[in-house]
Amino acid sequence: MNQSMNVQVPQAAPPSQQGRIGRRQTTVRQPRQNLSLFEPKILGRAVIDAFKKLDPRVQARNPVMFVVEVGSAVTTIEWVRSLIDPHLQGQQGFVLAVTLWLWFTVLFANFAEAMAEGRGKAQADTLRRARTETPAKRLAPGTTDYAPGMPFESVGAPQLRKGDLVLVEAGDAIPSDGEIVAGVASVDESAITGESAPVIRESGGDRSAVTGGTKVLSDWIIVRITSNPGETFLDRMIALVEGANRQKTPNEIALNILLAVLTIIFLLAVVTLEPFAIYSGNPVSITALVALLVCLIPTTIGGLLSAIGIAGMDRLVQRNVLAMSGRAVEAAGDVDVLLLDKTGTITLGNRMAHEFIPVNGTTIDELAEAAMLSSMPDETPEGRSIVVLARDTYHQNEPHDNGAVTFIPFSATTRMSGVDLPGREVRKGASDAVLAWATARKASTPADLQPTVERIARAGGTPLVVAETRSGAKPRILGVIYLKDIVKTGMRERFDQLRKMGIRTVMITGDNPLTAKAIADEAGVDDFLAQATPETKMKLIREQQAGGRLVAMTGDGTNDAPALAQADVGVAMNTGTQAAKEAGNMVDLDSNPTKLIEIVEVGKQLLITRGALTTFSIANDVAKYFAIIPAVFVATFPQLQALNVMQLRTPHSAILSAVIFNALIIIALIPLALRGVKYRAVGAGRLLRDNLLIYGVGGIILPFVGIKIIDVILAALHLA
Amino acid sequence: MTFTFNGLAQIAVFFLILLLLTKPVGLYLVAVFEKKNTWFEPVLRPVEKAFYWISGVKEDEEQDWKAYTVSMLVFTVAGLLLLYAIERLQDKLPLNPMHQSAVDPALAWNTAVSFSTNTNWQNYSGETTMSYLTQMMGLAFHNFTSAAVGIVLAVAVIRGFVRRSGKSLGNFWVDLTRCMLYLLLPICIVGALFLVWQGVPETFNGSAVVTSLEGFKQTIALGPVASQEVIKMLGTNGGGFFNANSAHPFENPTNFTNLVEMLWIFTFGAGLLYFFGKVAGNTKIGWALFGAVSFLFLAAAVICFGAEQNGNPLLNTVHATKDAVVSVDQTYHEYALAQPGGNMEGKEMRFGIGSSTLFATVTTDASCGAVNSWHDSYTPIGGMIPMLNIALGEIVFGGVGSGHYGLLMFAVLAVFIAGLMVGRTPEYLGKKIEQQEVKMASLGLLILPLSILGFSAFAIVYPHGVSQISNPGPHGLSEILYAYTSMTGNNGSAFAGLSANTPFYNWTGGFAMLIGRFGFVIPIMALGGALAGKRIAPAGPGTLPTTGVLFSALVVGVILIVGALTFFPAYALGPIVEHLLMLAGKTF
Repeated sequence: MNQSMNVQVPQAAPPSQQGRIGRRQTTVRQPRQNLSLFEPKILGRAVIDAFKKLDPRVQARNPVMFVVEVGSAVTTIEWVRSLIDPHLQGQQGFVLAVTLWLWFTVLFANFAEAMAEGRGKAQADTLRRARTETPAKRLAPGTTDYAPGMPFESVGAPQLRKGDLVLVEAGDAIPSDGEIVAGVASVDESAITGESAPVIRESGGDRSAVTGGTKVLSDWIIVRITSNPGETFLDRMIALVEGANRQKTPNEIALNILLAVLTIIFLLAVVTLEPFAIYSGNPVSITALVALLVCLIPTTIGGLLSAIGIAGMDRLVQRNVLAMSGRAVEAAGDVDVLLLDKTGTITLGNRMAHEFIPVNGTTIDELAEAAMLSSMPDETPEGRSIVVLARDTYHQNEPHDNGAVTFIPFSATTRMSGVDLPGREVRKGASDAVLAWATARKASTPADLQPTVERIARAGGTPLVVAETRSGAKPRILGVIYLKDIVKTGMRERFDQLRKMGIRTVMITGDNPLTAKAIADEAGVDDFLAQATPETKMKLIREQQAGGRLVAMTGDGTNDAPALAQADVGVAMNTGTQAAKEAGNMVDLDSNPTKLIEIVEVGKQLLITRGALTTFSIANDVAKYFAIIPAVFVATFPQLQALNVMQLRTPHSAILSAVIFNALIIIALIPLALRGVKYRAVGAGRLLRDNLLIYGVGGIILPFVGIKIIDVILAALHLA
Repeated sequence: MTFTFNGLAQIAVFFLILLLLTKPVGLYLVAVFEKKNTWFEPVLRPVEKAFYWISGVKEDEEQDWKAYTVSMLVFTVAGLLLLYAIERLQDKLPLNPMHQSAVDPALAWNTAVSFSTNTNWQNYSGETTMSYLTQMMGLAFHNFTSAAVGIVLAVAVIRGFVRRSGKSLGNFWVDLTRCMLYLLLPICIVGALFLVWQGVPETFNGSAVVTSLEGFKQTIALGPVASQEVIKMLGTNGGGFFNANSAHPFENPTNFTNLVEMLWIFTFGAGLLYFFGKVAGNTKIGWALFGAVSFLFLAAAVICFGAEQNGNPLLNTVHATKDAVVSVDQTYHEYALAQPGGNMEGKEMRFGIGSSTLFATVTTDASCGAVNSWHDSYTPIGGMIPMLNIALGEIVFGGVGSGHYGLLMFAVLAVFIAGLMVGRTPEYLGKKIEQQEVKMASLGLLILPLSILGFSAFAIVYPHGVSQISNPGPHGLSEILYAYTSMTGNNGSAFAGLSANTPFYNWTGGFAMLIGRFGFVIPIMALGGALAGKRIAPAGPGTLPTTGVLFSALVVGVILIVGALTFFPAYALGPIVEHLLMLAGKTF
């Protein structure tokens, strides 16, 4: 998170920057809706949609399936002809069977797409319910403060425009997206995030953005509306999960081109077959030609391609991540470098006091007492941890608050905090800041201070120097508090996995290089950027990109926005500012920076699934040739029976079996397309080998078996 | 299938020599095209500079893919028109001792296209149609230029694949000049002398007239053969000085010349693969493609040899005809009878089965098209192999360039189809394969079946088209398929059997050759151009490995399934059914 990189802050950040109080590392989110893959509700809707999608205007967007639909129409006409034309009477049953299965092929592909969309639609329905219908309390322009019973105008949410000011009180729903201009409130954002624990929102700083559809639980806020109706985050979210204006992603477009050209090539192969057949003395029936064509063109991937893309987006939604474009999901699979903020991602959010180290002959008790005293009113986790350490490990008694204590809070300019008592001042903070403070009061610098500070820094800790002035005594530096960053468990393994995936991790931290290196080593990241500022972060991203690498990062502050926009995958935290959310191409509703790793995996899974089914689809052709070609020509050249390696019973049965296999395989692969091929973090070489064996070699063999089985069943049922 | 040690050993020895030549040839190509020092620098550099000075070419000025392609088109079309003019006017031009008349327009068109596209399809007998001037100024000129054009196009496409910055692919005129001067000329001079030593004539005199033993007068055609022969092979042109092509003892007198001629066909192609890896910064990339095409070559060579050595089973069995009992002993006898066995119809006794089938495989693997045996007389399967080789785009070792960029197209498609399976969007040599690249590669993939199947389908139902075939049934279909395959693929080898010197075949064939050359090369150049400007992503453990056996296997799989299977329905009605019918005792 951004508190670690603003400045070199050896002190805890103020609580307001912590966003969700104390839940980031403790709450494990459940997927927002545990919809099983084949929820009856979704299934029912998908069946209906499958028929709706028969509309040629819809099909025309998918060249492969469009050809199948045209083919189905042609064989339907053939069937009607066979009813009328007495010469074709014997063909009726066969033509009808082929026709039906060709229509099924189109319907199955439609069904796959409808299934993928179904989950999103179900989610969109839930989101729509969150859209508030309660009237908003519009205030007069220029209002900046709250007064009980202040006048407001009651308007419907759709009437609100950008720039309007509204009052939201406890129990009210926030009518639209906006920026808090005054007040602080706890807000229930479960409608968006699915997370029931309330969050604090307040004016100023990085936590001032509120989202329409969320609910104020306590207190009041005055909000300046930042979105016009229809453009709110909720509206965009609904459009996204619904896949309403789904744009094809670049790789998907490229794949579509290849599939279209393959379709043209096979069309060519089938159309030219007729003259060759005429020359050979036996024209092929139109039904058989269409069957051959449909079997050869890549219907499996053609039918499932859009479902795979929608399901990929959906898998992100399941993880509570909203991708603003499919392009970003694809880019996530390609990411080479992950920029991870140290705090909250690699280490637990807060540093903990670990040890007190006195200097210059000060006793440990003196130091512990001063440290505790300075931290008593300090409500930051670091401050509390100092109190706990002093009390539990160094057996100090908590002093009574006699009202004479003045707390000097931490600020980014002083970089220290402390207390003022009558006749006594205690300060703790960044070593150079406290040193400057003490020196100004004529304290001498102890010889053993600098070595101690450096030792702690080198070990990855944060040294806080403690100094005090007492009336009548010489101001002195007492010692150092060792604040330790606690690296989250399991991070090293994660980074090892990422390395195997070919992804480098770079830790971003505001710490000095020594501290950064120690933590980087402990966590096992590949590299680190110390004393990071928005500028150095931006520079790092640019450098990586110039080297041809794709960069992913998370961010939440307004000062992260340029870097989020520059990164190939920029994940903004939902708790972040509006600027950050707009700059990134994904929003993590859980505001969990570790999510980046999962996002990369989802991206890779999407690409692998697409590649696996393309390979499978193309490999399938081998068997289909061997089923149909001998069947079509065996009447002219009985010797071609030698090519009938599957020993299919009759020509009609052979053609029909291939067509049925071709249709059923789409249905059979829907679960795979929706769930995605499992991604394992092994090297690309092994991944390629394994997947080529399964989907390439398997794709060659499986249809031989499948077509044969269907043929046996057809024979057993006396159908062909 | 029948195999003999002798035949397999010939394939192995040939392949081994090729393997040894690949790296040195590749390194020499690097020197020529990366403008490093070659051995001929002191002599040829002034000549090279003089050419630039005369033609006003600025040596350091580079062209993008469009400018490069336009230069190539201008050069080729100019050459095409020049050749057409020479053919039509040859009776009025010098160096015509045999007084050949002007070439008929349709044939002149077909031949002009044929030679300027590196096809060298010949609907004529050289010795009775073309004057020496036409042969040397028209045809041999194109043997050089069309070969050089093929090589420099491949080099330009490779530059697009490997360059790290900029959009330029080199300078066509500089590449062409350097290719001619440093590459083709030196080897051709040495090669021609080698052929003369082996007994190939090189003379401006007219035909020799001798009295045979029986006392008949016999006219023996002669000419400047050796100088033409070497570029015919080296430039994978294949247009013979004589109608009998490399089966003629004056073109290919010994088994030694046969071996060397086959090596000439393959060396530049193999060398270009090494060149590719070298300039890409990792020779393993080149060797991976080398491995893929080696597999295709060896498989084709072995199958073709096995099918021919097996012979025609119909002849093995004793047939009682009305007059006599006929049977042919097709078994192989090495020492006792020194009988080659197998199907010797249409093959030279000097070469036997092994050298003939190997030559047939080599000449069609690359886009050469020279023949030392008649593919029409092969067994159906033996004859299908050369046809399939060409239909794939002559990617096996790639001839002079043209097949090489075809192979790169398949590599791009393989990467695109299977590359996704490692969880990244596809990239080759660190460059992303995206919309534009896929569009151009697919377009290239489409061209061959479009022209081959399209023209064949038309010819096979067009009454005049069918009337020109000499064998009915499936073999007739093979003849037409082979003709358009050979012309589209810019191979030029003839299946024979088809009387293709008619206006219909001359004109359609001319278009097939143009489509096969330019319909293919323009998209591939666009592919190279699109790749040229792309960033190179550094390879890591997550990137698709494009070296090693796995990638070779992947490329082979894509070539066979995406490239070859398209032709399966047509072949099923041609050579495959013919083979099955032959087994069943029926021939055509």
